[in-house]
Amino acid sequence: MKCSRRSFLKKGLGSAVAASLPLSSFKFLSPAEARAAVGDPAVRWGFLVNTYKCVGCGMCVKACKKENGVPYDLPITRTWVERYVITSDGEDHIDSPAGGRDGYTSPKIEGKDIPAEEITKAFFVPKLCNQCANPACVQVCPVGATFQTEDGVVLIDRTWCIGCGYCIMACPYGVRFFHPVYKVADKCTFCYHRITKGMKSACVQACPFGARQIGNLKDPDDPVTKAILTERVAVLKDEYGTKPQVFYIGLDENVR
Amino acid sequence: MLDQLATNGHLIAHGMDWTIKEGFVYPNEFIYWSIQIVLYPYMTGLVAGAFVLSSLYHVFGQQDLKDMARFSLVFSLALLPVAMMPLLMHLQQPLRGMEVLFTPHFTSAISAFGIVFTTYAIIVLSEIWFVYRTHFVEQARALKGKAGIANSFMRGLFIVLSLGAWDLGEAAVAKDKKAIKILAGIGIPVACFLHGYAGFIFGSVKANALWMSPLMPVIFIMSAVVSGIALCMLVYIIIMEWKKFTTTLAKGRGDESVQLIKGAELDLILKTSRYLIGFLIAAITLELLDLIFRGYTAMKSWDILRSVMYGKDFFNIFVLQYGFGNLIPFILLILPRLTIRRTALALVLILFGVFMMRWNVVIGGQAFSLSFDGYMHYVMPIIPHNIETFKEGLGGALLVGITPFVLFWLINKVTPSLRFNS
Repeated sequence: MKCSRRSFLKKGLGSAVAASLPLSSFKFLSPAEARAAVGDPAVRWGFLVNTYKCVGCGMCVKACKKENGVPYDLPITRTWVERYVITSDGEDHIDSPAGGRDGYTSPKIEGKDIPAEEITKAFFVPKLCNQCANPACVQVCPVGATFQTEDGVVLIDRTWCIGCGYCIMACPYGVRFFHPVYKVADKCTFCYHRITKGMKSACVQACPFGARQIGNLKDPDDPVTKAILTERVAVLKDEYGTKPQVFYIGLDENVR
Repeated sequence: MLDQLATNGHLIAHGMDWTIKEGFVYPNEFIYWSIQIVLYPYMTGLVAGAFVLSSLYHVFGQQDLKDMARFSLVFSLALLPVAMMPLLMHLQQPLRGMEVLFTPHFTSAISAFGIVFTTYAIIVLSEIWFVYRTHFVEQARALKGKAGIANSFMRGLFIVLSLGAWDLGEAAVAKDKKAIKILAGIGIPVACFLHGYAGFIFGSVKANALWMSPLMPVIFIMSAVVSGIALCMLVYIIIMEWKKFTTTLAKGRGDESVQLIKGAELDLILKTSRYLIGFLIAAITLELLDLIFRGYTAMKSWDILRSVMYGKDFFNIFVLQYGFGNLIPFILLILPRLTIRRTALALVLILFGVFMMRWNVVIGGQAFSLSFDGYMHYVMPIIPHNIETFKEGLGGALLVGITPFVLFWLINKVTPSLRFNS
């Protein structure tokens, strides 16, 4: 057999490319697996926060950390509650110690006491991933490890994330962080493992006052959808064009 | 188990070790991109600059750059893996870094890295092969029959490196030259793209008020060219000074050849410094335009940006970057009767200024909270107490800084690029 150097190199290169494609990277899904992988197209998960009802007890943060295995004593958290105190001079005082996990039991804010007569308004704002319709985090992931399901929830593949942090940088809401155990990006999933089985998100279930609600925005009879359609609601930072799907009743202009 | 680990102090959130928060900052916010991401655009800038300089000789036939061309080509190969190193050191999952090549997600600016970087690496490697093919063949032939394990190893290495192309005839060598010219020509736009898109990575982050700017890629390319030319000029000065020194030792101070080297060195430095000044002006103009535009339009983020730029980071931005890094070297270079020593000082300051520009973009962009109501300070870990603080601290930075020189020393054993006296 005649084998010139040129043809040897050509064939060698071809074999090298073929050998570098591991068979394990091809995986056949059963129809059920495929459906579960993309989510239910008849559902669009949405969230409603009624800030008038929130008392800052921190039950939601506790429940979330336990449910989702986020280390309890580290400052990182998938959901948190912010406290806003506006004084008569127009100044805003904001804090969220430990993400509000332990509840706001002290009137001290930023380490100082504000006389009650100076306070014109005060309220709590729970925060979580907005599961944006146009998510910046999904756009910037270099390996496609974070993705949006058919039912609108943004998830992270822990086996594929390289931990570059680009998604953390791209999120205008600061909901993402590095999970210290898995060493990958992490964030709120609306408790996708629960809601796809007919349960409520952990924070929704833990909230004693009904300040947090989750529902299907594609279902006109869903209480969340009804509230969003009939009441005056707002979203956070709409100027970024991310189209957030967490809606707030009673959002104040001071909210960051 | 997670709770146990956390309370036992084994767990730490990424960024906690070097971030100090002030005011209202969201709980998950830390300085996630630290010194390694400062070094990444700095290193790619130097790679691009070194390659462009070698191409000036190969493509445009600048004969006075002949000595420099080989050096800067081999040096850009040594810098090449180092441009990737900060990214790998920064990844939380460095072993998965290859996924960027296997499953690129093309809406992401980082995903282009794999393709651009690989293309660029192939161009540099093949160009070096064409430049050194004659050398490989000659060495393999010269080492034939010599005793010793080292000799037979080197001979084997040269035989492999020659890839079996033993023809040193006139036609074959002419073909090599043509290939070099073509590769160098393609390399210039690829090198610029490699760096311009590093600017895009930052400029396209809409969540970051400081980074988000369409000018960012252009600013990055300009400052890359500045830093690349500056580094090559500096190395050129060092090499020529060495050459002058050895000639003086051999032939005496008053010898004609010493004066000849002196004249040639100054002539080239004067020529190149004009390009340097031009690019420097372009870079500063764009940066100031960006600053003025932000102040004039005064969008929502301007209050916090102003407090960072004119307050907390004033020294870093206006004293170190614009003052020491731009203004002083600019004056040094435009003052009449430019000397080699003055140029060398200006070049060192310019290299420092470009580094500070990267620092002020990357770290400065994270100096304020997304809430626009708080600040974060990066305290670079000096003495590491775990792998994270090594990677994202002084240790990791020094490792990245030293590696190109070690690599250059190794590569230079096979492809000698510092033979000037012959």
